[in-house]
Amino acid sequence: MKVRLLFFAVLRDLTGKAEALLDLPEGTRAVDVWNQLRGEYQSLAGYRHPPLAAVNEQYALPEQRLHDGDDLAFIPPVAGG
Amino acid sequence: MSYLTDQPIDAAALERSVLLRAHGASVVFAGVVRDHHEGKAVESIDYEAYRPMAEKEIGIVVESVRASFPDVAVAVQHRLGHLVVGDVSIVIVCSSVHRAEAFEACRQVIDRIKQTVPIWKKERGPDGEEWVGWQSAQC
Repeated sequence: MKVRLLFFAVLRDLTGKAEALLDLPEGTRAVDVWNQLRGEYQSLAGYRHPPLAAVNEQYALPEQRLHDGDDLAFIPPVAGG
Repeated sequence: MSYLTDQPIDAAALERSVLLRAHGASVVFAGVVRDHHEGKAVESIDYEAYRPMAEKEIGIVVESVRASFPDVAVAVQHRLGHLVVGDVSIVIVCSSVHRAEAFEACRQVIDRIKQTVPIWKKERGPDGEEWVGWQSAQC
């Protein structure tokens, strides 16, 4: 299945990307994608627990299973206002 | 109207958009870029959002506060992009018949926006730059 991964703020800086199209096995959870990123980027290795996740512009639990066509974003600590 | 803008916020226009003849109180909160944060000097802040989600999340906050304070009219604008010390990053207007509920509604709107809306800031100063909150998220 195809999932579009969006990077914002510190995560866009660290990965150097705004988005990536992932080809994932069925049943992949948001936290699995986070752990994959931690493997790819040394600067994320220390972040064992994923930040909040959002699936299709709604907050989601790390254990949420993804579906074909989903937009996934990890939400670093927010700082609006 | 969009809750997010790339332009300076016109607080007076925002206030006019919600103030009714029946209202006797209008609380206007402005968040301003300050020259320091946690002991470090700050010269500017870059604000960034997950725009469609931030629009939705601000809408959720506004609707929820309106439900708690049915007599209060609420308007919000959050600015994104490069802001310098003294620039206004957010304006919230809560207008109502009386002041007590307008003050309380305004406080709830800003507190909840800070907690839930996917907006981030990168602070820049003489010591370098930093995404606020990221270092302390490590675990």
